Amino acid sequence: MQQSPLLWLDDMSVRFELGQSRGSEPVYAVTDARLRLFPGQVLALVGESGCGKSVLASALLGLLPANAWSRGRALLSSGTDEDVELLAAPESVLARGVRGRRVGLVPQSAATHLTPVRTARAQLSEAFRELRGRVDRAEVDALARRVGLDPHDLDHYPHELSGGMAQRVAVASALVADPPVVIADEPTTGLDRPLVERVTDLLGELADRERGVLLITHDLDAAARVATHVAVMYASRVVESGPAAEVFGEPWHPYTKRLLAALPEGGFQPVPGHPPALTELTELEREWGCVFCLRCPETPGVAPCNGEPELVEHGRRSVAAHPPC
Amino acid sequence: MLSARGVVAGYARGPAVLDGVDVSVPRGSVRGLAGPSGCGKSTLARVLALLQRPWSGTVELDGREIRGARYSVPREARTSVGIVFQQPRPAVDPRMTLCEIVSEPLRVRGVRQLRSGVEELAEVTGLDAELLGRMPHEVSDGQLQRACLARALAPRPRYLICDEMTGMLDASTTAALVRVVIDRVTEEGLGVLAISHDESLLRAWAGNDVIRW
Repeated sequence: MQQSPLLWLDDMSVRFELGQSRGSEPVYAVTDARLRLFPGQVLALVGESGCGKSVLASALLGLLPANAWSRGRALLSSGTDEDVELLAAPESVLARGVRGRRVGLVPQSAATHLTPVRTARAQLSEAFRELRGRVDRAEVDALARRVGLDPHDLDHYPHELSGGMAQRVAVASALVADPPVVIADEPTTGLDRPLVERVTDLLGELADRERGVLLITHDLDAAARVATHVAVMYASRVVESGPAAEVFGEPWHPYTKRLLAALPEGGFQPVPGHPPALTELTELEREWGCVFCLRCPETPGVAPCNGEPELVEHGRRSVAAHPPC
Repeated sequence: MLSARGVVAGYARGPAVLDGVDVSVPRGSVRGLAGPSGCGKSTLARVLALLQRPWSGTVELDGREIRGARYSVPREARTSVGIVFQQPRPAVDPRMTLCEIVSEPLRVRGVRQLRSGVEELAEVTGLDAELLGRMPHEVSDGQLQRACLARALAPRPRYLICDEMTGMLDASTTAALVRVVIDRVTEEGLGVLAISHDESLLRAWAGNDVIRW
């Protein structure tokens, strides 16, 4: 039986208006994203820095700044709760019904997200009080153990914790209400390999318990370790998605191939050129047909593409393809 | 050769982080140093970059011992060893443009043609020249790290310490920056100590010349 997705994104776009001082071109942070997150999946959203991954996460949680606007659909549907259209929902619904309760967030650089003047226990207890209505010390300790922390570690202030311990406190905070969806935004940046493995394994355990995890990362090794599915983002667009083993094993999009070739074990060849500025995407598409052409090995920067790429679906995979260049 | 001999070092009244460490960095090659968090890799990086005085033991730069009552290392020695840190943001003055950040060591070196010097370094490190007028908060981590590498290469150091230089960066930027450094090794005989917790990355940098802690 096919389960229904926990999170259902259709033609989701996010733009930032920079105002007149910087010219009138908006920043195209996310363009027509189409993703599904099912229970039991770890969906890794990968790509170079600045391609729009984190903005997508912020948009889902209603955490975009005031100069942003979004379009399209992002439906959260889990269990018996009412479906919520995340992009259209008012802040009161997101704050009381979604964040923490139905979607947990593991933030980037956890150490800076914790209040420096209170102990980890005080902060975790606050989350219990808010989300579960009461604080039971034994439950707090049990959650700490589940994420690999000694309960005594909780009695420390954030500056007394290592980066990896602070990261686990953040994971624990995201799990207080046992939300069906967990969004982890670069949870492994700056951690060393054993800690990366612990954090990613924790996310894998959540998926084993039929939760859905959206893992946003530029660390392809971490993604390969835990992801069941992967979506590759380039210049605000999802250019390829599918089961992780298939996408990593046989990438279809030239950008995915280039990204894998940049890994030490893939040949250590940087993707030539730079990602385009997100303010120049419309011009780039007008001139070149697709946003990747300038860096595409098949069109070495001499001839424009002869067609706008369209998302081609084949079985469980999809790829942004255009008529052969 | 840049070497640490019997170096003991630590912070304030805490225990010694390095306890009798011997490591040497020859010119014209890359040596890797791998180890878990908290094993003292970054402390060694600071000692070798002459930023931190060891409690005991010595640092030798091309056969000359670095010493001094207040560790006032001569400028010639200081500019001989460059360092790039893991996090570019705390490593730069947020009030300076990227151009000013990269040009500061050139000015110290007495280079007159600052603008062309900076542009040349930007090109070497793959930093888009359009970004040079921006402030650190207006560029990404990867772009800022390119500027930090350009700054470290500006005084034409003989040695470069890369302390988790690519820890915050995506795979493509990582490969690009490593390539920039390796080009300097083969073209100018730069001696590099590449520090990381990621051994597979270090093997791509340094081949089999990886020290494990």
